[in-house]
Amino acid sequence: MSLIDLTATELQSQLALGHITAVEVTGAFWAQIERLNEQVGAFLATRRDMALEAAERIDLQRAKGAAVGPLAGIPVALKDLICTQGERTTCASRMLASFVPPYDATVVERLRSADAILIGKTNLDEFAMGGSTESSALGVTRNPWDLECVPGGSSGGAAACLAARMVPLSVGTDTGGSIRQPAAFCGVTGLKPTYGRVSRYGLIAFASSLDQIGPMARSAEDVALLLEVLAGHDARDSTSAAVPVPRYTECLRQPLSGLRIGVPRAHFADGLDPEVAAAVQEGLRVYRDQGAEIREIELPHGRYGIAAYYVIAPSEASSNLARYDGVHYGYRTDEAALLAEWREESRRLMDAGDTSALQQSDNPLVRMYRRTRAEGFGPEVKRRIMLGTYALSAGYYDAYYLKAQKVRRLIRQDYDRAFEQVDLILGPVTPGPAFRAGEKASDPLSMYLVDLFTVGANLAGIPAISVPCGFTSRGLPVGLHLQAPPLEESRLLRAAYMYQQTTDWHTRKPSLA
Amino acid sequence: MSLTRQDVEKVALLARLRLAPSEVDTMTRQLSQIVDYVQLLSELNTDDVQPLAHAIEVTNVFAADQPLDSLSREEALSNAPHTDDEYYLVPPVLGS
Repeated sequence: MSLIDLTATELQSQLALGHITAVEVTGAFWAQIERLNEQVGAFLATRRDMALEAAERIDLQRAKGAAVGPLAGIPVALKDLICTQGERTTCASRMLASFVPPYDATVVERLRSADAILIGKTNLDEFAMGGSTESSALGVTRNPWDLECVPGGSSGGAAACLAARMVPLSVGTDTGGSIRQPAAFCGVTGLKPTYGRVSRYGLIAFASSLDQIGPMARSAEDVALLLEVLAGHDARDSTSAAVPVPRYTECLRQPLSGLRIGVPRAHFADGLDPEVAAAVQEGLRVYRDQGAEIREIELPHGRYGIAAYYVIAPSEASSNLARYDGVHYGYRTDEAALLAEWREESRRLMDAGDTSALQQSDNPLVRMYRRTRAEGFGPEVKRRIMLGTYALSAGYYDAYYLKAQKVRRLIRQDYDRAFEQVDLILGPVTPGPAFRAGEKASDPLSMYLVDLFTVGANLAGIPAISVPCGFTSRGLPVGLHLQAPPLEESRLLRAAYMYQQTTDWHTRKPSLA
Repeated sequence: MSLTRQDVEKVALLARLRLAPSEVDTMTRQLSQIVDYVQLLSELNTDDVQPLAHAIEVTNVFAADQPLDSLSREEALSNAPHTDDEYYLVPPVLGS
């Protein structure tokens, strides 16, 4: 078996035993990146020399018998909206195409001190807004299972590089399903932690009350390994949860006895792809065979999730993205052309004696903002900024944003009630498998509806995981969605581990890899 | 349609975006479609419901009142498109 087929946990133990070196591991994954990244397009940037140097340092430390971190010598990919000091962080946007952060995100500091090998930055929907990675302004990512299909999004590169065996571990972010949906589309395991579990310091903000960084890998065991490094309180993020982090890798193997699983009836209603439904039902059977009790539950406000989400997320985005003004960092429009345009327009209006138009015409500064943002942002980002600005504008705040935040509590109360009856909630991650590139690009609302089953966890702030549970007849992966009460990541990981002990969907590999 | 072209043009100014005339048309149609969809929320009576923004509701998170290092001027200006090495530079506000 080749090194790239081993899980991070297996690599970790082989490295610790001295059977393999970090340089060999990094070299093997690097070769796979070189072989496949042109086709798959998972990475926006890779860093071979720095990765190999870091690997050499770790091998040297190990040879000296010095202590090394829990991810020593294991390559990790970072979604390219997580700040890396001295290395470009683009959000897959023209706006930040040359932005070089002056500091590391907290998760990057944590990964560095765990001795992980940071091998590259992965592609995403621009500013993480999208569900297919097609809104990236900087590259196209394809699904390794079918290059005609999208990898999902927004963490599309993060999922695709795992499926294509370019890395064993990958860090994504999830605002409305952006870890779990691409994990499902690419046949990998991805966890969205409880809001506050992982520090957002240095994560370039999209929707601050929903964004959460999380681990992605090819097994629940590896997800646990990575989460253990990422999670923990951080004083630099005031929303960070000041609670202890369990040793996920240690509790992982304890089976959950007397497990009660809730199944929302509405998640199996019309509109669900029959092959997805069959794979998820089969997943449910696996748990039943392991002794779990299955109960039908109701999440009565679930049908309002998308509407609440598409008020809250764009509102927060419009506010967060106001910082891209062409002044402090990022792209700025051509200033000479801007001033020429302004002079020309002023002269024309003056000659025509149109003083009211002249007064209303944008001054050069406002003109600079507007041109910069028009040229720097892509259509999906503009759409969300517009939607959010509208929802927050005078007279509409109560009707939209405040209303949506109230509905959010109703959604959370549904979960709280459900979790009095059951330990986990199970369903499909997405209504269908990966779709073809371009299929939904012209219809934003149909793209938004893909998030139907995943936004609830973001709105309620609870943790959730996507686990591979089968394939469609066309060979596209299907994901099983498990949701748990706040801070119960360990329950999700134990349940996913139990599942992966008796199924092998997560070990399947696309033919190109 | 719930939004007019004028609404969209006004929002574009508030958002400091410039839209081409064809973009105004597309945006009017698409935003109307989404705004119509989110009207779904008005079905619910939320009079006695408190808004929610955090999974583990935390309030009043204070940092210790201690000075910490911040970015140097050079670092803070390092990504700016136009500076004189001391300040950010912008086009004239009042015209020239």
